Amino acid sequence: MRNYILTGCVLLGSFQMTAQDLLAILDKETPKSENVVTATFKGTRIVNGHSIKNRKSKELEFIIAHRFGRVNTGFEELFGLDQANIRFAFEYGVTDALTAGLGRSSFEKTYDGYLKYALIKQKKGVHNFPFAVSLFGSIAAKSQKAVVGSERSFAESLYYVGQVLIAKKVNASFSVQITPTYVHRNLTAVTADPHDIFALGFGTRLKLNKRVSLNAEYYQQFDKLVSIAARNSLAFGVDIETGGHVFQIILSNAITMVEKSFITESTGNFFNGDIHLGFNLSRTF
Amino acid sequence: MKIISTLFLFLFVAFFANGQERFLTKTGTISFFSKSPMENIEAENSQVLSIVDADSGQMAIAILMQSFLFEKALMQEHFNENYVESEIYPKATFKGNILDFDKISATETPVKIFGVITIHGESQKITIEAIAKKTQVAIFMKGDFYINLADFAVDIPSIVRNKIAQKIKVSFRFNHKPYK
Repeated sequence: MRNYILTGCVLLGSFQMTAQDLLAILDKETPKSENVVTATFKGTRIVNGHSIKNRKSKELEFIIAHRFGRVNTGFEELFGLDQANIRFAFEYGVTDALTAGLGRSSFEKTYDGYLKYALIKQKKGVHNFPFAVSLFGSIAAKSQKAVVGSERSFAESLYYVGQVLIAKKVNASFSVQITPTYVHRNLTAVTADPHDIFALGFGTRLKLNKRVSLNAEYYQQFDKLVSIAARNSLAFGVDIETGGHVFQIILSNAITMVEKSFITESTGNFFNGDIHLGFNLSRTF
Repeated sequence: MKIISTLFLFLFVAFFANGQERFLTKTGTISFFSKSPMENIEAENSQVLSIVDADSGQMAIAILMQSFLFEKALMQEHFNENYVESEIYPKATFKGNILDFDKISATETPVKIFGVITIHGESQKITIEAIAKKTQVAIFMKGDFYINLADFAVDIPSIVRNKIAQKIKVSFRFNHKPYK
């Protein structure tokens, strides 16, 4: 009897070996690949500030962005719609890792240029890395004519911003970014205003469904412009993806879209209704 | 003693069976083609794993969705994030039987493969017509078939409905080598 059981066991064993799930073998043979985490953010901006998203190599994007006036200005101003700051910009993927941009805002007739470089990518798999790091630098030049008596040179019209973008896609529907920021202005309005301002940005993306996500962004400044009683920048946005485009609708306490400006020159109190409605539209070529 | 020799015989048979009869490829190619009035979309994956058990005619295929390469990077991102949801369903699989496997010769032989295909977490029975070739050192298979996106719960929003075909043509090409 014992012999039969033994034989039976071996038979069963050998049967199982031959009938071993073919898919299980494929699982075992699958090369351990590294997967770069993509789509941490869908737009190149979280709301106003840059995300780690780059344009792909040779991709040219034309962006039209608007920020209207404050919604609490009432009906006469049609809740801010009578006033608008508009920014046109071209963004180009020099390589998959390097994006360059040129823009012009109507507010203070400001020109801006930036470079964004993806230094480290978040990866899963063999070379697992938990977050992504990008470097960002921009220069803005104010070209609006100065009032008589406070003329400035070209150098005095310049502003510099440096940022380190540290982002993590926590899961398929939730991403976060921390953005240490340095803003330098060559000319300040009053001597009490700091030339250098450090700020720390926080941004998130929460995916509501496959094509819509809710974004939020806050920049904590460690020093502020006293001449304008500057406040920290707070903004919320909705990303809507339509095929080749991302359409962003924005509520922000800043009317501007250039880093040096919305981070250090916002004066609106979001919770008092100093909210600017805005949108970012882009077209990729 | 008799039992021990019987055991050894079985073990040997089992070992032999495992060592000789399976054919595998890790560089199989699967491509798909979506034809629509607005846009043609094409993608190829040349890292497909496929295995054939020459004893039983069973076949299995595993496809990493993120390995599909598209012409436009944005298409690839949308494919993975919005359509097949690769993060949740990283693999598509097929498991089935090659009918009349024994009749496959060293020249191109038409065969039917019957089995279950799983994409985007949804499984469907499917019969695929293919061309197969078999020698001592290789099993070659190629063919194409159509899949219906709706069968696999791949949701196409109305705004891109005229850019993505409902029926997608899938082509495959595997050259299996002996697997030890």
